[in-house]
Amino acid sequence: MFYRETGQFKQNYAADSAVFPILQDRYGLAIILAIAFVGIPLFGNEFLLASVMIPFLILSLGAIGLNILVGYTGLLSLGSAAFMGVGAYATYKLSTIFPQVNILVWILCSGFFAAGIGALFGLPSLRIKGFYLAVATLAAQFFLQWCFVRISWLYNDNPSGAIEVPARTLFGIAITGPSATPVTRYLVVLVIVAVMTLIASNIVHGRIGRTWMAVRDMDIAAQLMGIRLLPAKLLAFAVSSFYCGVAGALMVFLWLGAAEPSAFDIRLSFVLLFMVIIGGLGSLIGSFMGAALIHIMPIAIRALPESLGLPIAAATVEHLTFLIVGGLIIFFLIVEPHGLARLWQIAKQKLRVWPFPY
Amino acid sequence: MSLRNWVLALSAASMLAMPAIDAAQAEDSIFVPLFTYRTGPFAGSGTPIANGMHDYLTMLNERDGGIGGVKLVVEECETGYDTKKGLECYESVKPKKPVLVNPWSTGITLPLIPKAAVDKIPVLSMAYGLSASAKGDVFPWVFNPPATYWDGFTQILKYIAEQEGGGIEKLQGKKIGYIYLDASFGREPLPLIESLSKELGFEAKLYPVAAADMQNQSSQWLSVRRDRPDYMILYGWGALNSTAVKEAVKTNFPMDKFISIWWPSEDDAKGGGDGAKGFKTLNWHAVGADFPLLADIQKYVVDTGKSQVADKSKVGQVLYNRGVYNSMLIAEAIRTAQKVTGNKVVTGEDVRRGLESLNIDEARLKEMGLEGFTGPVKLSCADHNGHFSTFVQSWNGTAYEKVSDYITPMSDKVGPLLDADAKAYAEKNAPWPTRSEACDAS
Repeated sequence: MFYRETGQFKQNYAADSAVFPILQDRYGLAIILAIAFVGIPLFGNEFLLASVMIPFLILSLGAIGLNILVGYTGLLSLGSAAFMGVGAYATYKLSTIFPQVNILVWILCSGFFAAGIGALFGLPSLRIKGFYLAVATLAAQFFLQWCFVRISWLYNDNPSGAIEVPARTLFGIAITGPSATPVTRYLVVLVIVAVMTLIASNIVHGRIGRTWMAVRDMDIAAQLMGIRLLPAKLLAFAVSSFYCGVAGALMVFLWLGAAEPSAFDIRLSFVLLFMVIIGGLGSLIGSFMGAALIHIMPIAIRALPESLGLPIAAATVEHLTFLIVGGLIIFFLIVEPHGLARLWQIAKQKLRVWPFPY
Repeated sequence: MSLRNWVLALSAASMLAMPAIDAAQAEDSIFVPLFTYRTGPFAGSGTPIANGMHDYLTMLNERDGGIGGVKLVVEECETGYDTKKGLECYESVKPKKPVLVNPWSTGITLPLIPKAAVDKIPVLSMAYGLSASAKGDVFPWVFNPPATYWDGFTQILKYIAEQEGGGIEKLQGKKIGYIYLDASFGREPLPLIESLSKELGFEAKLYPVAAADMQNQSSQWLSVRRDRPDYMILYGWGALNSTAVKEAVKTNFPMDKFISIWWPSEDDAKGGGDGAKGFKTLNWHAVGADFPLLADIQKYVVDTGKSQVADKSKVGQVLYNRGVYNSMLIAEAIRTAQKVTGNKVVTGEDVRRGLESLNIDEARLKEMGLEGFTGPVKLSCADHNGHFSTFVQSWNGTAYEKVSDYITPMSDKVGPLLDADAKAYAEKNAPWPTRSEACDAS
């Protein structure tokens, strides 16, 4: 009924194996993109853009990065915040050493630095698995964060110990720094996140993604089929860290505006991991859903009593938010342990056959 | 894919919610947001500060009907000491035209510094944040009275010299340990220590404590026992302070030679038990509720149940009074702004001018009912900090008591560092706007 597929014929293999085989899904995606690119910049206020959408998109990108590693390749990592930090610090160093080069080039380049470091810390993944690998990546988290505090070269010897964002422009419009408007920053973030999501989608649906999933499902079987484990796992680490690195650079340069090393602490790693688990392991849309649940829902809950005119103290609202978000996370995990993405998949399946389920 | 619509619906809901709040705001009032943290790992320190700030401003509303006849709209935003949430708070209060913001976290202050000039919202980071922001020529929108961490460090050194019975030449040959939070706050004095230790001839021993190990300082204190420094200086926050006091007691370090910057609270010292007697901290305002103004807070706010303090004995504690002091600066800045500009309903621009013309002298302190509470505060266009004197207070087992006179900082040592630091900041953040704000000659 909602998904009337009558008349949608697939006449070649490409159409049959498309990412979105159903016409309605393609329309839905087009509408979402139209809202994101046109509707929100036109009608959203500064708070929605700067505090809701920009962080949501950046966290989604980080979650996609982690999902590539945890969800698609089955390698548990707790170092994603540190890899985000590598991206941020690389962008900071590059943009202060070569201020002439456009900042967006450096933001994207910083991903390669994060990828390099990520691949390095991914080396143990060939030998250790599961929780033990999580502990090994935890070492990356602590070591890199220690570097951010201790190596003063990384933050240009600032007495504050923090990295600050210089004002930079693109085509004469400020995109970083204090005079960059939320709309510009939002659009820049949106373009980068949309393009990188498209690339991620192509990677995971192609040969490389299938390699990763084979490794995830059973690495001995994958090896017997001729998949070389070390390159496959290291590539997963590199691509994942690339995404995290770009997300980290975006976080400092287009969202926060300055960052202390503690911005990349273990809590951020956990938050990303929660997003991936709640959103759905091995699902790109799940990364967005997880980020929305963890980031946007608390903001919505916090805004609720105020918009209803209930006089509740700020701290009480915060406690309530913790309670409600925690409760909802448990609820969603009980209802569907495979995450929101799976929940949506089930719902879609039901909608396709409604009202005559068979 | 269209579940992303849910996300959009959620955000649309929050988008719709925003204008409703704006409309609720009356025209003829002054909006003062308070960034507080009553939750999270630092809630122990954040709650009394939040109470002090909130109660003072509420008292002004109750007793005087606001400032200059204009009601204050006081709104707390919970940051949890988290930079991301702090920025969210900033974005959420920005449309309501706040006259100033107090981030109460160095991490939140740093991103706000460049924004202040663009959004025309002054930042009041009281004795925290970026020390260099004391330079009004470079940072016209940022204020950090009454002293910087560098000032504080030299004040402690001067106090130590005084204990040794003389001027700073007495520091020659002394061994001074420095235990600090290994983050921007604690690391800030390091360049100063490096230059001063050479100049004054004392030996500095550094004991960094990582933020993750705040509650586990046994290795640092083992080194302290080995090094046997003559004095220990503490730059900590939250659990770091209480743990340091406990460990110092365990190590049998002489507590009267253990001196902290101004952040430890009563609870931090209490944790050390009887052994913590003699523990010293810097402070620039009195403790206790024995002031007419605090009696008013008691009468108009606490007794009427408009305060969030858990019990009345909390009124007058160090960090509660620190919050009161912070709000006193806010209120006086607004009052001065009204005087300087002639507007009753002031804006962020007006309050920036008010802060630059701020002049709280002894007479004004007496008038407010705060005689003897603190020293006078006078800021200027060039000096947004004042570098005021602080005193040393000692823990007697139940309360802090003042044990020294007001100590001036070594401005000749700190001044050049501030200049260099402010210059470096402007260069690194080029193109940093040159000051265009006119100065009200006062």
